[in-house]
Amino acid sequence: MAVIKTENLTYIYGEGTPFEKRAVDDISLEINEGEMIGVIGHTGSGKSTLIQHFNGLLKPTSGSVYIDGERLWDDKARLRDIRFKVGLVFQYPEYQLFEESCYKDIAFGPKNMGLSDSEIDKRIKEAAAMVGLKSELLDKSPFELSGGQKRRVAIAGVMAMKPKVLILDEPASGLDPRGREQILGMLKEYYETTKSTVMIVSHSMEDIARYADRILVMNKGRLFCLDETEKVFARADELTAMGLSVPQITRVFSKLKEMGLAIDKEVYTTPYAVKLIMQRLGADQAKG
Amino acid sequence: MDSFLKAEGLWFSYINEIEEPPVKTEVLKGIDLDIKKGEFVAVLGHNGSGKSTLAKCFNAINLPEKGKAYVDGIDTSDESRLLDIRQKVGMVFQNPDNQIVATIVEEDCAFALENMGVEPAEIRRRVDEALKTVGMYDYREHAVHKLSGGQKQRVAIAGIIAMRPECILLDEPTAMLDPSGRREVMKTIKMLNRELGVTIVLITHYMEEAAQADRVVVIDSGEIMLDGEPKSIFTQVKTLRNLGLDVPQVTELCYELRQAGVDIPQDIITEEECAQALYKLLA
Repeated sequence: MAVIKTENLTYIYGEGTPFEKRAVDDISLEINEGEMIGVIGHTGSGKSTLIQHFNGLLKPTSGSVYIDGERLWDDKARLRDIRFKVGLVFQYPEYQLFEESCYKDIAFGPKNMGLSDSEIDKRIKEAAAMVGLKSELLDKSPFELSGGQKRRVAIAGVMAMKPKVLILDEPASGLDPRGREQILGMLKEYYETTKSTVMIVSHSMEDIARYADRILVMNKGRLFCLDETEKVFARADELTAMGLSVPQITRVFSKLKEMGLAIDKEVYTTPYAVKLIMQRLGADQAKG
Repeated sequence: MDSFLKAEGLWFSYINEIEEPPVKTEVLKGIDLDIKKGEFVAVLGHNGSGKSTLAKCFNAINLPEKGKAYVDGIDTSDESRLLDIRQKVGMVFQNPDNQIVATIVEEDCAFALENMGVEPAEIRRRVDEALKTVGMYDYREHAVHKLSGGQKQRVAIAGIIAMRPECILLDEPTAMLDPSGRREVMKTIKMLNRELGVTIVLITHYMEEAAQADRVVVIDSGEIMLDGEPKSIFTQVKTLRNLGLDVPQVTELCYELRQAGVDIPQDIITEEECAQALYKLLA
């Protein structure tokens, strides 16, 4: 079943002013429960505007958004409950920490949901474990932690609300290679254990290639495609023309194709490339 | 070639005075580094390794605790030369929101020039040229706060370019940009270096960007661990991984293939080299 669905969703910034901009233009899509979706698009393509509709931060200029089968904005009183279903983690979420301890900061969301103290406590501990935050750090001020740790606290605060859909805008940006891998690996584990839907907005095609089942591509406010990872990266020329790219490894294999080698599959991760090359070398040896 | 940025036994610490007694964190521990005029140097290191602190020592934002930092022969601790140093070395930071001061794109770009007392006609010319270089000329009359992150970063870079500094230090300038923004910034940086001879120090977490530099310096725990041409650095896959860093995807592929017993050169760092080597192997 589609957990997120939009029908002809359009959003116009500054309507009626000289700066009027159609940021999201006639988008119809369906995101299924339990999918890991990668969201890519050039800056200003409408990615952030689109995802802000998914938990009712923006009201469509026209068209509809359905969360879990329920149409947003039909009944404003329902909006609050629907928002709990879609957790949104903004870019650089560590700047949004404000409480005096990590524990209290993570508790903020669950508390607003009206959960019991014991349930809140349980969720904080679960979320902290999920993001790999040591329990002794919970009593510390978030401002004493390192950047990477702060980001974990911020993400835990949203995870503790147990949303059906977790959306993260550039969760790994500004981190070093090891930090990136830790955060993305942690999200993959969260996705596998909770079986919830996870959407990751990223400018790193290599990261998207490694983690996403399907990729949503935005271009100039329109939905370019929402398709399986392999099929999306097969459209390298179109992606490059719209200011995106494909993983470095994919570019190497397109070059090999241009040079005349027969390669039938799209290659977008290193382990797969290694496997493919080893298979071919093995086959050559068997023939020889 | 002349030395342009130079560190001699450079030590630097941050002191947290809120704690009682104050807590001292040593960030740079005896750095010796010599960057020549016109060089394009990439600096790698995990978060907290001291690379940004080092960059700030070359713009006299940080002053050495021990040892010396020189910019074009000027001792950075000589306060009377502060303005000279800042005009010679421009700095671009990761987050453009922290370095934009005006409300309109072209006004922001002109800010430093106005402070330097450049003639209005010359300001106009340089601002237009700088905005064209970064591809933001069409937005010159737009409000800065309505731009996307990537666009803001290009405006910030234009503001520095307009000052025509001899050296630009860029601290993860592409971290917040999309692939085309990243390509544009890298193209701009290379153009400034190759055509205008600007000395470039690029701090980055993108190994593909570092592979495009003349020289790569790797910092860990405030010390220089590796220093050399990109090819000689990126072939040390294990060492880099132990330092929490990475290698370009093509280097990783060749490394994994070698580990599996395939005969392929280990000094591959560009797509072209990788495609050629694989073609030889598979054709």
